[in-house]
Amino acid sequence: MKTGWLSLIVTFTLAGQVTYDRLRQADSEPGNWLSYSGNYSSHRYSRLSQITAGNVKRLKPVWIYQTAPGKVETTPLVIDGVMYITEPPSNVTALDTRTGRPLWKYQRTVPKDLRICCGQVNRGVAALDDLVWVGTIDAHLIALDAKTGQVRWDTVVADYKTGNSLTAAPLAVKDKIIIGMAGGEFGVRGFVDAYEAATGKRAWRFWTVPVAGERGSETWAGESWKTGSATTWVTGSYDPAQNLVLWGTGNPGPDWNEEVRGGDNLYSDCLLALDADTGELKWHFQFTPHDGHDWDSTEVPVLIDGVVRGENRKLILFANRNGFYYTLDRQSGKFLAGRQLVRQTWAKGLDDDGRPVRIPNMYPSVEGKLVYPSVPGATNWFSPSYSARTGLFYVAVREEGGVYYMGDADYKPGVIFNGGGFRGVPGEEPWGAIRALKPGTGEVEWEFKLHSPPWAGVLSTAGGLVFGGTNEGDFFALDGASGKSLWRFQAGGAVTSNPISYLSEGKQHVAIAAGNAILVFALTD
Amino acid sequence: MVRVMLALSSFALLLAQEPGEEKIPKENPYKSESDLARGKRLFLGHCAPCHGPSGDGGRGANLARPKLLRASDDAALFQVIKEGVPNTEMPGAFEMIDREIWQVAGYVRTLGRTAAENVPGDRVRGEQLFRNKGNCVRCHSVNGQGGRMGPELTEIGARRSAKYLRETLLAPETNVPEGFLMVRLKTKDGKEVSGVRLNEDTYSLQLRDLSDQPRSFWKQELAELHHDKGKSPMPSYRSVFSEAELADVVAYLVSLRGSL
Repeated sequence: MKTGWLSLIVTFTLAGQVTYDRLRQADSEPGNWLSYSGNYSSHRYSRLSQITAGNVKRLKPVWIYQTAPGKVETTPLVIDGVMYITEPPSNVTALDTRTGRPLWKYQRTVPKDLRICCGQVNRGVAALDDLVWVGTIDAHLIALDAKTGQVRWDTVVADYKTGNSLTAAPLAVKDKIIIGMAGGEFGVRGFVDAYEAATGKRAWRFWTVPVAGERGSETWAGESWKTGSATTWVTGSYDPAQNLVLWGTGNPGPDWNEEVRGGDNLYSDCLLALDADTGELKWHFQFTPHDGHDWDSTEVPVLIDGVVRGENRKLILFANRNGFYYTLDRQSGKFLAGRQLVRQTWAKGLDDDGRPVRIPNMYPSVEGKLVYPSVPGATNWFSPSYSARTGLFYVAVREEGGVYYMGDADYKPGVIFNGGGFRGVPGEEPWGAIRALKPGTGEVEWEFKLHSPPWAGVLSTAGGLVFGGTNEGDFFALDGASGKSLWRFQAGGAVTSNPISYLSEGKQHVAIAAGNAILVFALTD
Repeated sequence: MVRVMLALSSFALLLAQEPGEEKIPKENPYKSESDLARGKRLFLGHCAPCHGPSGDGGRGANLARPKLLRASDDAALFQVIKEGVPNTEMPGAFEMIDREIWQVAGYVRTLGRTAAENVPGDRVRGEQLFRNKGNCVRCHSVNGQGGRMGPELTEIGARRSAKYLRETLLAPETNVPEGFLMVRLKTKDGKEVSGVRLNEDTYSLQLRDLSDQPRSFWKQELAELHHDKGKSPMPSYRSVFSEAELADVVAYLVSLRGSL
């Protein structure tokens, strides 16, 4: 009897209350999907194993929720029977996971004069205690009551009129909400911010471009740092043991005219390790010094403990837009291993420190320069996955070249400042793949070819499956050990999001956004 | 004071204006020698692959003419370069800033000073050859009449140069347009099918076969699938038409401008 009451109380206090402890121990409650990448290590791995290679053929849609028009890149969260999604441009909807029916909607009126390079997208919310947090396309950070959708805090993060916007899902760490920003095509100055969840007030900011005189400013010629960009538009990871926030940064500005900003351009195209309490930079690793191709390093860093060169280490696995896969040491940020991930024609390889050895004359030109990979790169914002079951790292990759043009770069606040552009390669039919890599080396274990370069992430599961999506609307499942195709569903719209998995009424479900809809699947009898 | 008032009111106007709705100047504000030189370099990189290095057309329209069909004035030309032309292969030049677009536009206007293309041949005779001896209507339609296997040609004269059309008649495989990829497949039970690809994804393929029927296949049902890039179902007309007849057919095709 006593136990019964106790469990009732526990259930009551837990429902909807996403404590920091729950977030840190997300792996122990696989029935929920508590944060953008599933856990702080960003494994995007579900420990649920009801859906397997043997029964996945019985996977059928159980409900579909139609969103507002626009590109849907949201990763849903699922917390105690409620799914939280974002809809274009910056709306949040809470859905009943049993029926797919909305419980509440937060609809934000956004200004008409937004400065957005690449669509009014949003990739999801963060949850902490009784609040859900969303970054908006006009650069506000909003806290909503998880039960009602009422606004608790509304904090201006940056000025949207100079090109700042928020598209990434925030990350809740301890008592803070970490958020990155977008606007790398507008010559903004990038930053990572943390806000006190209790007040909505800013706790710290790390500027990703140092001002003159600061460490790193010597890597920018003249005053080019002033329009250096290095934005932070994809959700990073967190290492509780070291109290480190690990967050990627974007391209230096202007994107394709590198001549006006000599030097390595720190901290563009980096992985940053920031103290979660203070925002202090502990270390950085720059993937593409002096980038001229817009190869943001805003991909999701995946944290594992594993063996490299015979030694057990704390690692970061990083598949980069520039065409290479990297294994880094999580404590020092040092390069441990790297390997070519897709066809690339700009570097001879990586040196012992992980720095690319450039091939001369591969930067954009006025007449156009053919380079592999393309501007969207080998991979992009969409999530990779690490499976504790197979020990493999899964990533959606793009095999595609581009013709890169250099143009003028005149900075005017709030006006596109990209200094050139790109086109596809005439006559080329680009393609893509899901690749399974050995984490310590980047060697390819298997590959599943896709008709076109994907724009959707992957989820691996304890049932031995890998889920992914295609531009042509296929949501699919592969065998995680072999890459064999096991199941597919034609969703009727491009999949441009990341899958998740959770329990509803004790049954494993898989959810994905495709076209203008959220689709939820479960096994049928 | 008046000056201050004026300055303030124009500032207010600027504020009221939304990006994207900025008024395009009627005349090109960038027409100096250095603008033209820069425009030429940009044209060679961005435009020449389709419109030809001297702008006399190819896959893209002939721009070396005094009057451009879709760009009657500078503002319209600016708009076409910036936004592209819907439902054609002309993309918008989002990679260029406004000044660069004006520089290209200025250079494109200088191309217009060259003499308009002189097409020899008789277009009336050409139409007869197109319909009868060439039997082009079996696969191509003009004003709603004809087959569907090949591209619709009602506006072809506005989109392709005479040089390009002649080249295509002689060697069709050199200029297979987008959306007409030939595919050949063999099913696991031995059936062979070929046609024009309508759609394809990781798991399936849809095509229009040579008898004009839509067909659909799961890729797992196929033993072989070939994408015949650079191949065309169209025969070469080198041995069909005489040199004079070829000129007539080209003259006919060049005259097809639809409602343009």
